[in-house]
Amino acid sequence: MKLPTLREVGTEARLLLIGIPVFIWTMVPIYHMFLFAISPKEDAFSGKLWPTHPTLHNFHIVFYQEHYFLRDFWIQFWNSLVIAVSAGALTLMIATAAAFSISRLRVPGGRTVMNMALFTYFIPAAFLAVPMYRTMGTYGLLNNHWSLILAMVTIASPYAIWVLKQASDKLPVELDEAATMDGATTLQLFRLVYVPLMMPSLVAVGTYALLLAWNEYLYAFLLLSKDTDITLPVALGNFLAADDSPWELLMTTGFIYALPPAAIYYAFKRYMVGGLTAGAVKS
Amino acid sequence: MAITLSSDHAIPGPPLSARLSTPQVWGIILLAPYLLVFLAFVVYPVGYGLWLARHPASYVALYHDPIFARAAINTLIFLVIGINFKMLVALFLSGFFAQQRTWIKWLSVLFILPWAVPSIPTILSVRFMFNPEWGVINTLIFKLTGEDGPNWLNDPTVALSMAIGVHIWKSLPFWTLILLTGRLAIPHDLFEAAEVDGASWWQKFRFITWPSMQMLYITCTLLSMIWTLGDFNSVYLLTGGGPADLTHVLATLGIRYLRLDQLSLAMASIVCALPFVLPLMYFMMKRLSR
Repeated sequence: MKLPTLREVGTEARLLLIGIPVFIWTMVPIYHMFLFAISPKEDAFSGKLWPTHPTLHNFHIVFYQEHYFLRDFWIQFWNSLVIAVSAGALTLMIATAAAFSISRLRVPGGRTVMNMALFTYFIPAAFLAVPMYRTMGTYGLLNNHWSLILAMVTIASPYAIWVLKQASDKLPVELDEAATMDGATTLQLFRLVYVPLMMPSLVAVGTYALLLAWNEYLYAFLLLSKDTDITLPVALGNFLAADDSPWELLMTTGFIYALPPAAIYYAFKRYMVGGLTAGAVKS
Repeated sequence: MAITLSSDHAIPGPPLSARLSTPQVWGIILLAPYLLVFLAFVVYPVGYGLWLARHPASYVALYHDPIFARAAINTLIFLVIGINFKMLVALFLSGFFAQQRTWIKWLSVLFILPWAVPSIPTILSVRFMFNPEWGVINTLIFKLTGEDGPNWLNDPTVALSMAIGVHIWKSLPFWTLILLTGRLAIPHDLFEAAEVDGASWWQKFRFITWPSMQMLYITCTLLSMIWTLGDFNSVYLLTGGGPADLTHVLATLGIRYLRLDQLSLAMASIVCALPFVLPLMYFMMKRLSR
């Protein structure tokens, strides 16, 4: 066995000197949340790194809605889910159609539309929220799930179109030509050639829009208000209004709410990182 | 045989339907849904908002609101410290994560978590860690020293610094990932050649890494500036703008006016940021259209 040289040990030590603080910095707030979720109420405040009697009782209370703050937990969970899935699906449809039109059909003015679309990201999110809140009121959509779904589609679409267009430009034109020669109509070309070939990018973009909508707080907080209409993050924010917030339950609910996006992210990590950062570095 | 047309007898163009090929008609139909969304939820709101912000009286009222002045200064501090610190650390960490080690790969998987999970539970977790009475930080301080720890979120300077910290915690992974992608795109033989010539790590950074990443770094910094301006969560969920409305930034202040039903003030406070945002927008649009 070859022993590491002194120089290699030194490099490794220096890397650890960076790695350990990075690990602690990343994990502390997340671990703190988890620790509260598995701690009985009296243990939670003791400052221990692991509870003396770890328990799933907090999850039981949340799942069975056995607390005044949690009486609408399942309906709020459902709201979050419906809004995220709808926003993801709608973004996917709108963005795929637009990317196909701009990249494959070369519709006149397509590039201009895409650049205008990206302009959306140059308006800071909280700034756009103010007039958008008022606009949703004008359209009569306030306190309606559609307001949040449409707001999320507006925010997710430009990036989705951009990522899809980059990917679709890489598909050879000959494919379209061959299909057209065989007598395919434009819609058949879209359905039978384009969509199947774009699948990996579509997964990345759909997941991106879904996570964006699931994680959104500000727009959800502005656009929805009734206890049975709001999404989970708004419900969590409302915990704060009370003086005697049950923190261990708040952290448990937060943990349950944070779990799906983390799981989805890791499940689709391959697509997400590839699909979403590919465009960024092009220069 | 040349055909000449006199101007009196200009042939009328064919009807629109004939000038466009079928695929182009489909192109317009397929692009229409997005255009509608853009017009209804970006163009109309922005135009309407600017129209609401047209009264000079709103700006006078803003000028006399001490919370506004404080929020403007806080925003500037937030931007200057938050962004530069975040981007420099991201640049440094992108070098760390570019090292080929199994344990560093595993760490990078965990490192993404702050960005992948929603902000509300994690920011509330931080908020509770620093709770003066029951939070884990002050519990530890009490155990170690026997004294009560400070009331962290009660001092506006400390509270604002912590909000900046939360913002960095949340967005650092994303920028590290982007800069890492840029770093990995640099051809490897450049470094090998430099190593043969006996270049130090600083020389390699100075003469290879930095020149290749400079434009990416600047673009990321500008984009991060726009996004940081729009960051409502870090401040609102950690401090709620308090104590005594001293930690507001323009993002939370706009929403605060909105909640108080002072819409024209909300828009005016946002319009005040335009002189900062417009040059950024211009630069970013130029970068993109290249």
